Amino acid sequence: MQKRYMSIWFRHLLTDRWIIRQPQLKDTPFVLAAPERNRMVIQAASLCAEGMGIATGMVVADARAVFPGLLVMDDKAGQPQKLLNGLAERCLRYSPIVAVDLPDGLILDITGCPHLWGGERRYLTDIVNRLRGAGYDVRAAIADTMAAAYAVCRYGKISPIVQTGNQMAALASLPPAALRLETATIERMHKLGFYQISAFVHIPGPVLRRRFGQPLLQRIDQAMGRAPETIQPIRPVEPYQERLPSLEPIRTATGIHIALKKLLEVLCSRLAKEGKGLRKAVFRCYRIDGKVQQIEVGTSSASCSAAHLFKLFELKVSSIRPGLGIELFMLEAPVVDDADKIQETLWNISGSNDLSEIAELLDRLTARAGAGIAHRYLPDQHYWPERSIKEACSLDEKPLTSWRTDHPRPVLLLPMPERIDVTAPIPDYPPMLFRYQGTVHEIARADGPERIEQQWWLEQGLHRDYYAVEDQQGARYWIFRLGHYHEISKPQWFIHGFFA
Amino acid sequence: MEQVAAKSEVIEKLRKDILSLQGFRVPTDSQKVHFGLGPIEAAFPNGVFPTGAVHEFLSDNTENAAATTGFMAGLLSRTMQRGGFCVWLSSKRTVFPAALKFFGVEPERVIFIDVRNEKDLLWMVEEALKCQALAAVVGELQEVNLTESRRLQLAVEQSRVTGLLHRHNPRNANTIAAVSRWKISSLPSNPGEDLPGMGFYRWHVELLKVRNGEPGSWQVQWISGHFEHILKPEIVVPEINLLQTA
Repeated sequence: MQKRYMSIWFRHLLTDRWIIRQPQLKDTPFVLAAPERNRMVIQAASLCAEGMGIATGMVVADARAVFPGLLVMDDKAGQPQKLLNGLAERCLRYSPIVAVDLPDGLILDITGCPHLWGGERRYLTDIVNRLRGAGYDVRAAIADTMAAAYAVCRYGKISPIVQTGNQMAALASLPPAALRLETATIERMHKLGFYQISAFVHIPGPVLRRRFGQPLLQRIDQAMGRAPETIQPIRPVEPYQERLPSLEPIRTATGIHIALKKLLEVLCSRLAKEGKGLRKAVFRCYRIDGKVQQIEVGTSSASCSAAHLFKLFELKVSSIRPGLGIELFMLEAPVVDDADKIQETLWNISGSNDLSEIAELLDRLTARAGAGIAHRYLPDQHYWPERSIKEACSLDEKPLTSWRTDHPRPVLLLPMPERIDVTAPIPDYPPMLFRYQGTVHEIARADGPERIEQQWWLEQGLHRDYYAVEDQQGARYWIFRLGHYHEISKPQWFIHGFFA
Repeated sequence: MEQVAAKSEVIEKLRKDILSLQGFRVPTDSQKVHFGLGPIEAAFPNGVFPTGAVHEFLSDNTENAAATTGFMAGLLSRTMQRGGFCVWLSSKRTVFPAALKFFGVEPERVIFIDVRNEKDLLWMVEEALKCQALAAVVGELQEVNLTESRRLQLAVEQSRVTGLLHRHNPRNANTIAAVSRWKISSLPSNPGEDLPGMGFYRWHVELLKVRNGEPGSWQVQWISGHFEHILKPEIVVPEINLLQTA
């Protein structure tokens, strides 16, 4: 079968994107610029700006001289690739083989596709209309070879569709730049008076090679279909989703359990094959009355264990109301992570096995009571007691510094220090007695003071003078005085913790 | 005479069989954990502190709760000395993680679970006790009844995880299916002859109930990373003039 290719050219890819996002930019001339050798160089100009003679490659300062009110925006590197990938995925509806043609085009292998739309002309019109409807200024062309389609798409003036075997006639009147040549070659051709492809295409190969090198011959051959050209089609990510329709509507919990188990096994085996694990899973039940019931679970580390995920879901299955019956089950994993733990188990059998078991336990606990119930702490380099610990983000995070044991710390720490009434003899002596919650404690022994300054760069406030004290009964407390001792304004005393 | 000896031997053997049927396994040397509790360990069947069982701790005020937490942390350091994680479940947590280091527990190996709902908490303690990967589980439960505690005991018999239940101010101190019931209260520390300041943490340890063992009470203090049993209860005379100056 004769191969047919389509080339799509987005004439203002980047600026069109901006206009789609912010429609008010449509009538304002604006450009995207990026620094290049210490100058801001225009990378893309909007249609409106181009009408004023501002073109890609100009320096922003020059463009401002042409139009002082020019809007200049920062250009992000890698943006065309991202945009084109998205557009290529959209074009998958027209052909299974779509490739990105940087910097501003797409190539579609449309062999055997156009007849589904009723011919090539309708096919082309449909694509162009759809993309124009989305806000992109596009041109497209169809030919036997990619190079010919490219040339006609960018430089063709007569018809966008080149009939089979007609590429020579279609390209004859086009400039040499249509062949995707290097700038130096094009300049040399202009110098020699080759303004059209027809001027040199019949010159014998060896002569051309001596003047312009092998690439020119390669390009001509590719355009004429004598040399092969390859493309790299995009591969869209298949969503992690499994469906299970049921013959009869399902109404019982057992039925839902069986469906869930089946779906989990299929999904987990796929995840395991790809070395991934899911972090979040949604189980949807489509009822025959059109309503959708759904439950979802999250895991603390990427998991592809069907048994574990089933346990997590099992806690929530009772919240599904089957109504008259469920006709379709769907399991989806919207968040998927790389599971590198499987590799680790080969080396460190006991340790990481334990970790994954604990992670599964934590998932079960979290599934029951909601996220944010599990905490693990690491030392932090602060003396201020409340800030001396910080929460760890993962189960295998190791402490960077060691825990300090050079100053006594109480085993129970009140979340907020509580006021106490104190009788203290003279400045900087520990108190003789204090009253806490209505009971008077006579102090028998005391250690201190340990002064801990407030960290002014984090919070304003007075310092604390901590004393570890023990009363007559042997109970041990951690109390502090806020700020300096002062005759007139009595310092405030607080209890902050209990020693063992 | 020989017959009597044989009889007592048989009785001894039967007693051991009953103990093993009740879940008291004699640990092998590699499994054995040395708690260093001295005479307290002798109160337990076979003379070993039972790991892989549920222990109950009672406390009635915050000061004693602190003492109990310290004592439990001391026990934890022994059960966790071979690595592994501990899960600490509570509804109103006041434990200061950094202080656990003073009792030999690596605070980063403790996972704290904070739940408001007591019902959820009980379910979680059971789930945690079922997890074999854990070294120990601490549950700060206020109320637990006999049936619920039976479930915990069954979970532990399967998984051999050591569970420590801390019941602070329970409405009534009902019997639960635990291998022992402890009550720890703080004692005045003794820094030594004429020395100012606070001494080592010292506790009055009461073993109120032990299954197949001998209840009793002892005095214990925590000295540089291990328990130390105090032989004679000393009378500590507090002297206010020993206060340390800054």
